[in-house]
Amino acid sequence: MGSIFQIILQRLALGALTLQIVSIVIFVAVNALPGDFAQAILGQGATDEAVAQIRADLGLDQNYFTRYFSWLVNVLTGNLGISFAQMNFASNMGGDQLVGVVEQIAPRFKATMFLAGVTAIFAVPISITLGVLAALYRNSIFDRAVNITTLSSISSPEFFLAYILILVLAVLNPIFPSLSNVYEGMALGEKLNRTMLPALTLTLVVTAHMMRMTRAAIINLLASPYIEMARLKGISPMRVIVRHALPNALAPIINVIALNLAYLITGVVVVEVVFVYPGIGQLFVDSVKIRDIPVVQACCLIFAAAYILLNLMADILSILSNPRLRHPK
Amino acid sequence: MSWLLNLILVLIVTAVVAWVFRFFGQKFTHNKPFFRDMPFVVAFGYVAGLLVLIAAVSYYFRPLEVNGVPSAGVIFFRWAVQGFIGFAIAAYLFRLFGRAVGTAGTRKLFRAMPLTAAFGVLVILLYALVSIFAGSIAPYGQEEIFTNANIVPGGNPIMGGDPNFPLGTDQIGRDIYSRLIYGAQNTVGIAFATTCLAFFVGGSLGFLVAIVGGWLDQILSRAVDVLMAIPALIFALLLMTIASVWSNQLGIDRTIFMILIIAMIDSTRVYRLARAVGQSIVVMDYIEAAKLRGEGMGYLIFKEILPNAMAPLLAEFGLRFCFVFLTIASLSFLGVGIQPPLADWGTMVKDLSQFINFAAFAPNVATAPLLAAGAIALLTVAVNFVVDWMLHKSSGLKD
Repeated sequence: MGSIFQIILQRLALGALTLQIVSIVIFVAVNALPGDFAQAILGQGATDEAVAQIRADLGLDQNYFTRYFSWLVNVLTGNLGISFAQMNFASNMGGDQLVGVVEQIAPRFKATMFLAGVTAIFAVPISITLGVLAALYRNSIFDRAVNITTLSSISSPEFFLAYILILVLAVLNPIFPSLSNVYEGMALGEKLNRTMLPALTLTLVVTAHMMRMTRAAIINLLASPYIEMARLKGISPMRVIVRHALPNALAPIINVIALNLAYLITGVVVVEVVFVYPGIGQLFVDSVKIRDIPVVQACCLIFAAAYILLNLMADILSILSNPRLRHPK
Repeated sequence: MSWLLNLILVLIVTAVVAWVFRFFGQKFTHNKPFFRDMPFVVAFGYVAGLLVLIAAVSYYFRPLEVNGVPSAGVIFFRWAVQGFIGFAIAAYLFRLFGRAVGTAGTRKLFRAMPLTAAFGVLVILLYALVSIFAGSIAPYGQEEIFTNANIVPGGNPIMGGDPNFPLGTDQIGRDIYSRLIYGAQNTVGIAFATTCLAFFVGGSLGFLVAIVGGWLDQILSRAVDVLMAIPALIFALLLMTIASVWSNQLGIDRTIFMILIIAMIDSTRVYRLARAVGQSIVVMDYIEAAKLRGEGMGYLIFKEILPNAMAPLLAEFGLRFCFVFLTIASLSFLGVGIQPPLADWGTMVKDLSQFINFAAFAPNVATAPLLAAGAIALLTVAVNFVVDWMLHKSSGLKD
């Protein structure tokens, strides 16, 4: 048991280190901007005094090391700063009720997690079932049809699938609304109804990948001697796959599910923009367009953290489910 | 919720019919092995497939108009089916053509080619032709603005179309057909250039590291690990934010920054593969021999390792191209990619997207954004089909 904890701790430390370095990369990238934030906040017609004032307020007159560590400490204590849009508004219109980036992001993050969750609920069972069936009836018409469909849906851009779904399910047959303007405090049924189209789009993208990996993992195992043995015992092909192949294929399947969840968190950007879903991806794109650096920085960090965390989870789960990795030589 | 009830009803009926089908199949064929060993799931599959086919055919032949109102669903369905069948026939003919014409090598290649791969090759060739000759195919220039904006696609004057503009014009009066053609040149060309750059940088660094090893390997590999820990699209968006400021200051086109950024991000993935492939080649005897002959680093990389790493790198090139192409399309769709006067499919989808809402009563109008999005999808699907076939062929998987 001790060794497992050791491995997990090792991986966690590695993940933390990666996140730390990623934060440095983000910081350096943002500070590679010509000019500085003060100018960016105030715009073209800023006076020198105002710029100097803002520079002092933001601590831009300190050196890079101090700034990086104060930023890092702020991030760790949950202070992600204030968005430029807010500051600009305040500096022009007055008023002190500034909304911090954290308050801006929190509801968005929740919405995105909700979308990812709904998608996962659809995608995981469907893809595993389809994968098992395709492996069972491999090279049949069914397998080929599924293969072609999934390959097409993996390779299409998300917005193409999204607009096709809008066309079929919202415009031609008005079943679901094409704009998913969910807000907090909405009834769950209504919220689900409005989330359905983005969730279906993401399901199409993710299912294809997971299903293909499930199929490949199972087919890989079918050549092993114990499957041959099970077959020779005379049990049905379905039972061979479900009882003998699937448990041993779990490691790669879990891995691919975790990777796809990581994809979900980051791949939502385009889908959220298409459906105007108020998630973190939408906020990110909007901030990118108006160069709202604090928000871009924070979103980027959150996305990277989620991505690293899920990859880490995939790593740990695949170690846990594989005895050969659990007891390294 | 009525559609859910209908669905359950259909499933029950299908199950019953499937059972009857198998039962009578066994009766009438006196337990032929085909029916005797048929699991229920398979019988269900056959019947469900048949039902879907019947439903599709009957839907296909529904009238196009009911009381003067076009039934848009049927029209779109017909287009989709016709497109599908048209491409299938074209791919089949192309494969026949390939089997009859050409050198012995290509003929042999076409003989073993599945239809999907033939389709892929055909589409890739078409795109290459269109993007190379865009200037002479397109009737108008990509930046030409006409006085009539928002002309409806279809070219029918009664419906608000114009025969001079078969696919209509966009909101500021540019010909959509010409822009689609120029889009092939811009979007595909830029994606191709980016992929080549990514391969050149990632591939040569990966091979170099495979030969040299040591601390250079450690530094580069750890750096790549960190860069790969940030999701690609997010990183690209972050860097594009910064690049947009730089491009304003320096007066350099933002598209160039985009090429460099995406090439940088993708070269990390190529580096990984090139390093892994290179490491397995470096230990071979012929590399040792070349080293003893005193060959330089450039010779080792390009003359010894590269030819032997060609197969996996070529497959990776196809996949990378798709990925780069989709990233560029997504960035453009989000409004930070290829910049306006240049025609580009991602931006076109974004700009024309609201026309989809008119699909129910004017199916023509909705085609413009779908054509642009479909053009992106078609190429990536085609490349993926070809890559899938290449991987299948080289791995020798038969099961």
